[in-house]
Amino acid sequence: MILSLEWLNEFTDITGMGPKEFCDRMTDTGSKVENYRVLGENIINVKVGKILSVEKHENSDRLQICMTDAGGEKPLQIVTAATNVFPGAVVPVAVADARLPGGEIKKSKLRGVLSEGMFCSIAELELTTHDMPGAAEDGILILGEEFGKFVGADIRDVLKLSDTAVEFEITPNRPDCLSVIGLAREASVSFGRPLKLHTPSVRGSSDGDIIENYLTVTDSAPGLCPRYTARVVKDVKIAPSPLWMRARLRASGVRPINNIVDITNYVMLEYGQPMHAFDYKCLDGSSITVRTAAEGEKFVSLDGKEHILDGGTLVIADAKKPVALAGVMGGENSEITGSTSTVVFESANFLGACVRIGARKQGMRTESSSRFEKGLDPENTLPAIERACELVEMLGAGTVVDGITDVFPGRTAARRTPLRPDVINRFLGTSIDEAFMRRTLAELGFGFDGGDVIIPSWRADVEEMADLAEEIIRIRGYNTIESAAICASTTEGMRTPRQNFDLGIEQTLIGLGLSEIQTFSFISPKYYDRIGLPAGDPRRRSVKIRNPLGEDTGIMRTTALPSMLEVIARNINFSNENARLFEMATVYIPGDDPDALPEEPVSLTLGMYGGCTFYTVKGIVEALLRSCGVRGASFTAAAAPGFHPGRCAEFRSAKGELLGTFGQIHPNVAAAYGTDQQIFAAEISVPGLFAASDRTIEYRPLPKYPAVTRDFSFVCDDGLEVGKIEDVMKKAGGDLLEDIKVFDVYRGLQLGAGRKSVSLRAVLRAADRTLTQDDSDKVCAGMLDALKKELGLALRG
Amino acid sequence: MNELKKKLAEIQAQAEKKINEDGIDPEKVRIEYLGKKGDLTAVLRSMGSLSPEERPQIGQLANKVRAAIEAAIEARKQYLKTSQLEHRLMSEKLDVTMPGERFEIGHRHPLTKIRRELEDIFLGLGFSIAEGPEVEYDYYNFQALNIPPNHPARDTQDTFYITDSVLLRSQTSPVQVRVMEKQKPPIRIISPGRVYRADDVDATHSPLFHQLEGLVVDRGITMGDLKGVLELFAKNTFGEGTKIRFRPHHFPFTEPSAEVDVSCFACGGKGCRLCKGEGWIEILGAGMVHPKVLSGCGIDPNEYSGFAFGFGIERIAMLKYHIDDMRLLYENDMRFLSQF
Repeated sequence: MILSLEWLNEFTDITGMGPKEFCDRMTDTGSKVENYRVLGENIINVKVGKILSVEKHENSDRLQICMTDAGGEKPLQIVTAATNVFPGAVVPVAVADARLPGGEIKKSKLRGVLSEGMFCSIAELELTTHDMPGAAEDGILILGEEFGKFVGADIRDVLKLSDTAVEFEITPNRPDCLSVIGLAREASVSFGRPLKLHTPSVRGSSDGDIIENYLTVTDSAPGLCPRYTARVVKDVKIAPSPLWMRARLRASGVRPINNIVDITNYVMLEYGQPMHAFDYKCLDGSSITVRTAAEGEKFVSLDGKEHILDGGTLVIADAKKPVALAGVMGGENSEITGSTSTVVFESANFLGACVRIGARKQGMRTESSSRFEKGLDPENTLPAIERACELVEMLGAGTVVDGITDVFPGRTAARRTPLRPDVINRFLGTSIDEAFMRRTLAELGFGFDGGDVIIPSWRADVEEMADLAEEIIRIRGYNTIESAAICASTTEGMRTPRQNFDLGIEQTLIGLGLSEIQTFSFISPKYYDRIGLPAGDPRRRSVKIRNPLGEDTGIMRTTALPSMLEVIARNINFSNENARLFEMATVYIPGDDPDALPEEPVSLTLGMYGGCTFYTVKGIVEALLRSCGVRGASFTAAAAPGFHPGRCAEFRSAKGELLGTFGQIHPNVAAAYGTDQQIFAAEISVPGLFAASDRTIEYRPLPKYPAVTRDFSFVCDDGLEVGKIEDVMKKAGGDLLEDIKVFDVYRGLQLGAGRKSVSLRAVLRAADRTLTQDDSDKVCAGMLDALKKELGLALRG
Repeated sequence: MNELKKKLAEIQAQAEKKINEDGIDPEKVRIEYLGKKGDLTAVLRSMGSLSPEERPQIGQLANKVRAAIEAAIEARKQYLKTSQLEHRLMSEKLDVTMPGERFEIGHRHPLTKIRRELEDIFLGLGFSIAEGPEVEYDYYNFQALNIPPNHPARDTQDTFYITDSVLLRSQTSPVQVRVMEKQKPPIRIISPGRVYRADDVDATHSPLFHQLEGLVVDRGITMGDLKGVLELFAKNTFGEGTKIRFRPHHFPFTEPSAEVDVSCFACGGKGCRLCKGEGWIEILGAGMVHPKVLSGCGIDPNEYSGFAFGFGIERIAMLKYHIDDMRLLYENDMRFLSQF
């Protein structure tokens, strides 16, 4: 909402303060100012002048020399290239030194002849032909002879170019403040100055002609249209509206059109009530019906666009056709034109949601619809239409036919709520006296009935105590509230075990040298192709966004691997030598019912390149499992999509639950991300880790008896996993085997192709005695026996 | 006899001199003087020519000389050992200006870093951390927050929809409702997390960003309490001297509602580039929980009151670290990440 302060002054006197002071206080009391513009501040020393004589310039075919009276002691000599000047013309003159929005005007010689200023066109004064109807677009602005009496006066005063336009950000709960009167009320309370409201008065035609001779109005959708008020104006003379009205519209950011259209806009700005004017001769059947459209009904709006309506859309129709989309836009078929002679003014109240849906469906949003959809005051239609008719008479734009058609099925009683100052003070933490509360509410338009507050009809947002509290405290000043320390029950401020678990993962990985990334939760279905997910993979079933910004952000990810690979590819592109990254990525796993919420587990995703191997990722995974208290996890070779088929593993908890997958990214997938570097990645289920982790800590006594270590070497097929050897030995070693570890793997020519030598160290210990040679020999023999039987292995000779 | 005495003195002097000569092994000196064929042994052997009275005198003297030489040898050996060690250590001297072994420590993402700091501030004030789904019902995201269908407030949060009733939450406020439905007062929670709005990506917008929401509900909670908590938050986040300012605003789920500014921590409120000359920076929205929201969650607004506040974590991170382009936060360039 852009407010003209000149206009505002008509309703409350805000003179004697700067615009900054005005804006700051209005913001403090709840009408937030976005910015303000001082109009005409760049038009300095531009006067009304009268051209006395026009002579040709000796050295130029193009230029003319005009002696001009601009109110000074002697006429000014002005050289101009304009062709529309003539003796007697009243024009704006920039008298050197002058300032215009386009720059400074100084005395200068043009082809040897001194020019003491410049005549101005409308563009040079930042005006258009809408502001100055009939003015030349490529010539000097010729003012009418009636301006002759202003010679020497500042053009800003004469053309009303000085004003301050304040732009407010009005919140959707206060549609009443989308008007000069609404903001005047706020200003009057904010500054403690009286509010001067005006009751419009209409003379009427007094010729026996009445509206019933012209029009019948039927409201057949009273639920959607609580009130429809109409008046008729005959003998309409379409003309430009007067300068003062055009100036106020211009300052408010509205383009002047003609007297009737300007009146509807003027009243909308002044009262906050959108209005519409129909050309009466276009209304078939002399009737107006408010009804819902027939399915598929066609309608061409004022802007020439064709709409196909559906059954729910509210329209204003005559006997045959829709003539307006209710509250949104009028129809081309009943538009005011130069030949309009009788006008029907509409001042109606439509249900906000209904206008909103209607506008949305047609992809339109107008000044009118954006006001209606916030919910307007049905009581406002009558004063607004009266004001419009008063202006018609004031402007001599036509004769207002006697009588008002006012269909008001939605009339409701004034709402009320008790005023309880003690409750309000306890709620706010203040001690404001009741007198201040009552005074403030009264100034804001609230009434009183004993202990009850009567809520004004334009304040649909106010219902109860909390709303009254806001009214009072915003005028008193939010910043008068004293800060307090919460005096209430003690509460526990702590993370849950799960939240601490997440934090622990984060800390471990950072300690291990990985950096955290954050990527978007939405991806494109194409990303699944890129990481090579097969067609039937369940992860391809994703939550789909109905109105995505673009294809790349169309679905909610079920895996964060594509995002990780994208980040890695980007880092490679940025020539970053290496990166070790992780993301605690929420993924979204839909169920079968589309209206049910998906599961949102966290998938810990690791990714790295540069100076790392498969065993780097595995080492990180193992360290993470240790720090999370996940014991007894087993690793097996896997063939997960997207990974190198020979360098991919999955790992499971001791109970056999799949915890994650890791390995080298398949070179084809890496290539799809534009790199031939080796990339390593992991996807780990955080809920899985949490379930598998044992976070209890219980001290085990340190061993009292010494350990015996025995080393073993075997030669075996290269394909035999050392994990298998370990497993067999663990099983056969029994209680006395404390630990078994591979410490060397060797491949060499002397072993033969496809063979390797594996060396393991076993640590044996008993809790209750020193092991004898015999004890150790027995355990070792048992292990060797099992290896021979199960894997066909024998000690290396 | 005097001759022998003189001879012993000479031996001692010679041996002591030799022991301390560079390049002489003290053990060799021992053999030379004290060994079977050594000089001192020779003197002792010649004692036969002495009178019985003289023999013990010379014997004593000879033992003294032996002891002195032995001591000198030991001292020399000790000295040689020490100096050898010193020599070795000097030869092991390192260039301490060479770089140390490199241990990579990873970095928290700046958003997580800020989020954890904020969490810790509120945990210390007795808040716990509540979580809720990002894919949310329209009911929790809007309706239960006093934003019915076709309410104009829905315009300010352009929302991604999954179905008519399921959407990507446009704010963290639905978590408030979920908590209030489940838990009776006293309630004191924050809920940080991702939210979604259909904004195109640019330097200050992202279709996905993070909010942190706070909610307190109990008997006797006032707007003054809200101010007190936000003041503590502002001081902890932006520095001890930070002040806050409330401006009236409108949110459908709070009444009264406020926008809250903090005094500019770059210029202390004098006005600078960061605060665009205002001295204040808009940081969050807050208010008293709307009675309709309370009663919709089964909490009697006549008995309980509460406040709520919410802000964008990106905004705080960008202000604190002077990050001028939001896109950097989601680009995850190592050169950026490693600064945090």
